[in-house]
Amino acid sequence: MQIKVMTSILERNDQISAALQERFEKAGIFVLNLLGSPGCGKTSLLEKTIHALKDTLSIAVIEGDLFTAKDAERIEQHGVPVVQINTAGGCHLDANMIDGVLDCLDLDTLDVIVIENVGNLVCPAEFNIGEDCKVTVLSITEGDDKPLKYPLIFKQASAVILNKIDLLPYTNFDLKAAEKDITSIHPGITLLPVSCQTGTGLETWFNWLIEQVQIKKGKESK
Amino acid sequence: MHEMSIAQGILDIVLKTAAEHNAVRISYIKLLIGQMTQIEPESLTFGFAALAANTIADGAKVDITIVPLVGECNGCGQQFTVERYSFLCPLCQSANVLVVSGRELAVDYLEVE
Ligand SMILES: Nc1nc2c(ncn2[C@@H]2O[C@H](COP(=O)(O)OP(=O)(O)O)[C@@H](O)[C@H]2O)c(=O)[nH]1
Ligand SMILES: [Mg+2]
Ligand SMILES: [Zn+2]
Repeated sequence: MQIKVMTSILERNDQISAALQERFEKAGIFVLNLLGSPGCGKTSLLEKTIHALKDTLSIAVIEGDLFTAKDAERIEQHGVPVVQINTAGGCHLDANMIDGVLDCLDLDTLDVIVIENVGNLVCPAEFNIGEDCKVTVLSITEGDDKPLKYPLIFKQASAVILNKIDLLPYTNFDLKAAEKDITSIHPGITLLPVSCQTGTGLETWFNWLIEQVQIKKGKESK
Repeated sequence: MHEMSIAQGILDIVLKTAAEHNAVRISYIKLLIGQMTQIEPESLTFGFAALAANTIADGAKVDITIVPLVGECNGCGQQFTVERYSFLCPLCQSANVLVVSGRELAVDYLEVE
């Protein structure tokens, strides 16, 4: 006997993600899913962001990592709430994992939750985790061919941060070519070249983030 | 590899569907996988076979149809196959392009006994 099913394999994850979104919506929290390869600078960017915006926004961080709590320890030094999720070898965070740790955070006091996903350009792109948007970090040392090699993570992102531009003179990374590829994958995407080392471009990133939070708050008060 | 969690998702769906139809064995599973998904078909079928052992889906043939990536221009209405992941309309250069297919990750149908 043949049975027609036509069910999305990610349906269960998407349902939990939608329930999380509803919870965040009620609490008026902007949630960002921060993606990118290991070493592209996700934690560095977070540290800079917290340092600059700590007095403007109430920020909490959820750290996804295979086995360690190293990144969570770095974030903790900046005096914001942080929760560690160890995926024990799992290559991405899923909605259920986020659901499992939310009770560790006081949602009523927060404006922003940043979730640093497991370092990986492939798997995390498929799994929604209750976020308002995804932001992908690509660093100059990874090579300008990566957008076309891993298009989905750039298609799903609302903004792409091109980090480590201080290293441009020492590499063959073609910034214009990379920006062109990312824009053809995702026309209209926000591109933010920065250096977490020198601070170049970070102000523009902070302003983008503040604007997203304000848009979210505006929606909530209606 | 996230193919394992995708395989688990497939197993959950097929076992639930089979139970609803009082089936005793699942012999064939048809999957639709979009071209713009991050799935390695071989890892997926391998992972599924491992997970399905000792269930009524043990030994089921998993058949995958890859769905091509197709866009539709909201400007001029043109449908086109997306080449090199360029989502600009090849006819009018509009950036306002809808993804019509190519993002599927679905169980299409089953054969059961
Ligand atoms: N030169 C340079 N190094 C950076 C920059 N941002 C981060 N790094 C370095 O890159 C390495 C990995 O950074 P980290 O934030 O741990 O990356 P993550 O794995 O994505 O969280 C660290 O040694 C950082 O100091 C940058 O803009 N320029
Ligand atoms: Mg990190
Ligand atoms: Zn057009």
